[in-house]
Amino acid sequence: MEFTQLSLYDQAILLLAAIVLFTSFIMLAQPRIVPLIHAFAWQGVLLAVTTALVAYVTNNPHLYISAGLNLALKALLIPWMLHRLAVRLNIHRDMEVVKYPSLTLLAGASLVVFSYYVAIPIVQLSALVTRNAIAISIAVILLGMLLMITRKKAISQVIGFMSIENGLFFAAVVSTFGMPMVVELGVAFDVLVAAVLFGVFFFQMRESIDSLDVDRLNRLREVDE
Amino acid sequence: MTAVWLILLIPLFGIGVMALIGHTRVAGWVNVVLSAVSFAVSVWLALIVYADGPLLSVSRMLYIDAFNVYLVTLTAFVGLTTAIFSRPYMQHEVETRQIGKGRMRLYHSMYQGFMFAMQAALTTNNVGILWVAMEGATLATVLLVSLYRTPEAVEAAWKYFVLCGVGIAQALFGTVLLFFAAERVAPTRDDALLWNVLYGAASQLEPTVLTLSFVFLLVGYGTKVGLVPLHNWLPDAHSEGPTPMSAILSGLLLNVALYALVRVKMLVDGSLESNLAGHLMMGFGLLSFMVAGLFLHRQRDIKRMFSYSSIEHMGLMTFAFGIGGPIATFGALLHMTVHSLTKSAIFVTVGHASQIAGTQAIEKIRGLIRTQPTVGWGLLIGTVAIAGFPPFGVFVSEFLVLVATMKSWPWLTVPLLVGLAIAFAGLFRHIHPMVYGDPPEGQVPVRANMLPVMIQLGFVLWLGIAVPVFLSKWFEQATVLISGSSPL
Amino acid sequence: MIHWLLALAQTLLFIAMAPFLLGWIKRVKCHMQNRAAPSLWQPYRDLGKLFRKHVVLAEQASWIFRSTPYIVFGATVVCAALVPLVAVDLPTAAIADVIVLVAFFSLARFFTALAGMDIGTAFGGMGSSRDMMIGALAEPVLLMAVFTLAMTASTTNLSEATTYTLNSGLVLRPSFIFAMLGLMMVAVAETGRVPVDNPATHLELTMVHEAMILEYSGRHLALIEWAGQIKLMIYMVLVANVFFPWGIATRLEANDLAVGLVAIAAKLVLLGVVLVTWETVMAKMRLFRVPQYLGFAFLLSLLGMLTHVVLETGG
Repeated sequence: MEFTQLSLYDQAILLLAAIVLFTSFIMLAQPRIVPLIHAFAWQGVLLAVTTALVAYVTNNPHLYISAGLNLALKALLIPWMLHRLAVRLNIHRDMEVVKYPSLTLLAGASLVVFSYYVAIPIVQLSALVTRNAIAISIAVILLGMLLMITRKKAISQVIGFMSIENGLFFAAVVSTFGMPMVVELGVAFDVLVAAVLFGVFFFQMRESIDSLDVDRLNRLREVDE
Repeated sequence: MTAVWLILLIPLFGIGVMALIGHTRVAGWVNVVLSAVSFAVSVWLALIVYADGPLLSVSRMLYIDAFNVYLVTLTAFVGLTTAIFSRPYMQHEVETRQIGKGRMRLYHSMYQGFMFAMQAALTTNNVGILWVAMEGATLATVLLVSLYRTPEAVEAAWKYFVLCGVGIAQALFGTVLLFFAAERVAPTRDDALLWNVLYGAASQLEPTVLTLSFVFLLVGYGTKVGLVPLHNWLPDAHSEGPTPMSAILSGLLLNVALYALVRVKMLVDGSLESNLAGHLMMGFGLLSFMVAGLFLHRQRDIKRMFSYSSIEHMGLMTFAFGIGGPIATFGALLHMTVHSLTKSAIFVTVGHASQIAGTQAIEKIRGLIRTQPTVGWGLLIGTVAIAGFPPFGVFVSEFLVLVATMKSWPWLTVPLLVGLAIAFAGLFRHIHPMVYGDPPEGQVPVRANMLPVMIQLGFVLWLGIAVPVFLSKWFEQATVLISGSSPL
Repeated sequence: MIHWLLALAQTLLFIAMAPFLLGWIKRVKCHMQNRAAPSLWQPYRDLGKLFRKHVVLAEQASWIFRSTPYIVFGATVVCAALVPLVAVDLPTAAIADVIVLVAFFSLARFFTALAGMDIGTAFGGMGSSRDMMIGALAEPVLLMAVFTLAMTASTTNLSEATTYTLNSGLVLRPSFIFAMLGLMMVAVAETGRVPVDNPATHLELTMVHEAMILEYSGRHLALIEWAGQIKLMIYMVLVANVFFPWGIATRLEANDLAVGLVAIAAKLVLLGVVLVTWETVMAKMRLFRVPQYLGFAFLLSLLGMLTHVVLETGG
């Protein structure tokens, strides 16, 4: 249907989806660690708000629980944990030189186009009001992966990983109004455990190779000397 | 029904117990006891399913049919034998490498945690919970891979975590798409992820969405199976962790990941007219098979070499499941069993071999047969078994796969045979000096319990000569379920 | 006939009010930075003073140097005539194509750059090359933002686009929001405000626009300064009237025109405050960071286009 014919709430949902995509781009371009964590937290907040709005518009109360879970986990708990880790590891003042930021951003834009292309068959089948946002959710997933690829610091890669999970959550919300509660809880639990384990990992990495630069993890190679 | 709940509750209980007493000397024994009880329950469950047919729990969360019941039993069995091996092995490791109490508690509780995740993945009816359990298995073992805290171990664990994590995120997206397609045909929302409901309604699922979903699921679960080019984590994770870890990762996790993939393929085949899913699996499987066989030759670490052998065999199994006919499926199911048994036995032996030589480097391990004959013979026979020599079971399953290939894709038998030959050459090139070379000065035998290895290899030999009736009935039922017709 | 007179009146109003807008901006900035502010009419006094002064020309100045102020002022005035200030339905609306607008701005920039190099001073050449670099990067962004707008309104005509937005009512379009942000960032770059270029700097090595007009004096300088003020007002009116068109007169009646006048005045006052806040919060960037800034603006415009295709069409 025409965009102008959608209700104001539906338009707001799509607008928030666009801003979520924008936060993904901000994360791609952001070289400093603490603002990166903040951008990720904002993405979580926006996702929670979008989910709550979808819950209100489509009358799906279980989505309120999902929104609350996402807010608690991705917008509060995990950024807090990451921030605490960054301070304890003394990397919160580090800057990561992003090589070719403009090229990365353009690569991100082409990924958005690619996700649109991938999502076309799904969008055509869906009758949901949020179906246009499916392409956005795929784009958030792919941008999270791009973030992981273009960064060398372990903490940035973890944020990229969590951003992928954000995109997956969003995909579930906009294509099927969320997954069954038991699955959502399971996924949230997995993400939480993964975040805790990443934290433990940073300390192990710091102890063994004395840096958190993933490029230094290069002893296991195929071509042995 | 109690059997099914017990299968899950025992490892769960084990996690809690081990978190408290995992560092004590009895922890190893407790581990063995828990695994033995799990195995007994799994055999009981197998008998129930053999007699009564598929079991569906009241809440419809758990579903046991012919395909997963024997995998449940296999998992419990390999868990038991590895636990038996792990007790003296880890004691030796604690003494030589000075692993602290906290880490031993972690090791034992996560061992049970891993078993729980495996059994949960195998017995669940909910495709979403299957994903949660697979990710849970990764999370349980990631800290165990880095147990030794060397830079290599940390690197291996990081690669494992990140690659498997990102890979399995793709699988979650595939699950979301599957849910999207399923919601339109399932009676209620909560039913839409239940496998038995979906299998019944498979022909109504939207083909385009299912194709997209399968691609993501193949990439996701394929990463955990170790398909090339998503395999990079596998050699590192299997070689840097403690040997019991390598045994259960190679023997069990790869199997369960392939099980997840085949379950989804069953749904996709019901929906799609073409054999797209099968072709994709064949392509990736063949690629993994060939690439791994070539990489085998370059390896300098014995565990890395055998992990490439695992990749190769998983590639072969994926290829066979991809072909899809009854003979190929029967062969693949048999191969899952024998590979799991043989590979875990090999890793146990390799663990002892590296303890004897003090290193995992192939060129430093020599003369095992002179130092400790049981280990030397175990390694030799294990390699012979995994390379596909008759009369071992691996030969039978590989033969079945070759026959199936010759029937439907005759010109593909050439790369298969070439790959088998390359892998065979690679394995023996490295094994021969290890077993028969001159032992270096001062090499002493270690305290080793080779009984589980002999039992497992004996079982593989038995399967190679004559598959026992109950097993063949199982395989036949599973084959009918997966491919739609019987091989016999 | 009366419509043409109204169009002329609107253009004259535009030109006359541009220095007032700059006075307002300067005043707000001084207040925000806790300084004593000049009077609101100060820019008029400055222009008057410059017009009365004698022109000093270098010996080597060619016809380009002498004609540039008139060309620049002329092009800017034509642009001012195109942009809908108070009413949308004026006769000039027929040629109010946004690409024409961009082309005229390019013309003005081209001649200013040539004039900067004409005398042969070092600073002039430096300013010209810097301005050309910024212009080369800013123009695609501007066009992309405009195309996003054009795709929604199905036209590149400014009046028609404004009418379209007005008729759609309150619609939360993500593409518009991104395009507006991109346009605002480009406006800052093109009019030479902080963080791209500090308009109040006296240090020649930090200048971009000022460096090009360093050699001008008297009425030439007056015309160029005035053109700069009109350009700033044009960009602000574009942002205000294209993205927030409520209040603009759709019919050429007396009440509607009065409402339109008040509406645009209010919007410009508000936008002025926004601009000043942005300038106070931001620090001037090194020249080598300007491409990154404009790259980000390009991303915003591109996102506007992409979200239009993905979110707003289809279904």
